[in-house]
Amino acid sequence: MSETPNFKVTIDNITIEVPAGTSILEAARRVGGEVAPPTMCYYSKLQGSGGKCRTCLVEVSKGSEKDPRPMPKLVASCRTGVMDGMEVKSMTSEKVLDARKGVTEFLLLNHPLDCPVCDQAGECHLQDLGYDHGNEGTRYEFDRRTFEPEDIGPNIQLHMNRCIMCFRCVFAAEQLTDYREHGILDRGDHARISTCISKSLDHDFIGNVIDVCPVGALTDKTFRFKNRVWFTKPVDAHCKCDKCCGEVRLWMRGNEVFRVTARKDEWGEVATASNGKTGWICNECRFEKKSLSDWTIEGPSKISRHSVISQGHYEGVHEPQPELLAEVIGKEPVFTMSIHNISEVNKPNVHLSQIEGPAHSDDFK
Amino acid sequence: MEKLTNRSAQINRSPMTLKERIYLPAIFKGMSITVGHIFKKKATIQYPEEKRSFSPVFRGLHILNRDEQGRERCTACGLCAVACPAEAITMEAAERKSDEKDKYREEKYAARYEINMLRCIFCGACEEACPKDAIYLSETVMPANFTRESFIYKKEDMLIPNPQNQQKA
Repeated sequence: MSETPNFKVTIDNITIEVPAGTSILEAARRVGGEVAPPTMCYYSKLQGSGGKCRTCLVEVSKGSEKDPRPMPKLVASCRTGVMDGMEVKSMTSEKVLDARKGVTEFLLLNHPLDCPVCDQAGECHLQDLGYDHGNEGTRYEFDRRTFEPEDIGPNIQLHMNRCIMCFRCVFAAEQLTDYREHGILDRGDHARISTCISKSLDHDFIGNVIDVCPVGALTDKTFRFKNRVWFTKPVDAHCKCDKCCGEVRLWMRGNEVFRVTARKDEWGEVATASNGKTGWICNECRFEKKSLSDWTIEGPSKISRHSVISQGHYEGVHEPQPELLAEVIGKEPVFTMSIHNISEVNKPNVHLSQIEGPAHSDDFK
Repeated sequence: MEKLTNRSAQINRSPMTLKERIYLPAIFKGMSITVGHIFKKKATIQYPEEKRSFSPVFRGLHILNRDEQGRERCTACGLCAVACPAEAITMEAAERKSDEKDKYREEKYAARYEINMLRCIFCGACEEACPKDAIYLSETVMPANFTRESFIYKKEDMLIPNPQNQQKA
């Protein structure tokens, strides 16, 4: 047997076998559900990511079969490999939950409370983390760190104040594009994502940094302020694209395509496409194909029903049959008011999704 | 047969006595109740001139709030619309321009904001959901009207007057 041996690992009293070399986090994700620790910086599809945010801390109560001593401190599960007979406590450990609470508090120290303005709200990992593990208020008494707004191109909006320094976008640019134009400048509290000097990010696959960003630091400028995530309906679609796999998720409202993203799996990461590779999508698919005729619709995306995105999406709706209606009431129904005649929201002849960038006051004249 | 309740009473079918037959005692008894009510406190009020006080939890017509500098507080975050059980609230957001900083508090604002008052049930869920203290239910009864069209309330119908303008006037 030349294959790598399988290790038995027990996570939250659930024993599974994983190949040697698997990280604790990946093993916990195989168990699934709430056992998997939350992650902010680790991204399984990006090599070298992880080990920065400390949200995935777990307690190792038994090192291995040969050396059963527990590890002295909590370990970052994304960066620690499993050993045979290892016993890990994730959500069953008081220490871990307390540590996550602390890490969440630290991540939120400098994170602005602008979720009402932020386009990421509703699909933000930090929002979910804060909801699950955070405190209601902050104990921080000083001003939050702020940066001058920086323009990094026509398609991607950078909000440096919201950044939590996970380095995911740097890894994504490094591994998906030929030349990386942005990175971390300065150190410590001054560390920031930036280009050197004031370039615009324009590689064909650079749009994927939007999907990779766990918070709203990098958002889609073509979707900026157009709609809230939970009012749009996610639909899986594909197109023939010679640059990328062409398998995307459209965020629609009526027949308007408001936003195009890659498909995400249950961990919020870009899912594996049908060709077996990670389903990164190119900038053309993401930013330019905003018309329904560009896409072949496959059907509504599967969204967790606990997510705010699935609110208001009624499944299995049966529209009343017009013929039946006439039969029952014996006459044509009388519409006393058409909402479009009076309402100024969602006018049928105004297409917000066709406007480049966010709408301004002139667009509503 | 067993009775369902113990409240049924036997009807008295014996012939009426003389006192009952002349009816006058019964009439006087009824009239005394009627006249007695003239001297009691009235349950009604003369509405337009006289108004009842609202209960502290009364929820009436919506207003959209401004901050101390007269800027609109609403950022079109959509939480009121998502909280609304009647799906009465709709909005469209826009980005604030650099010369509009005195009009809107945040970089995003509601360019359009509508409440369909035909749908609204005045539950106050929007007021509770608002993270920016922008929408409130005031102590005003919603006025009646003859047309359905007039019940689609636009942002201008609900915004409170700018306190800066009022001071000048």
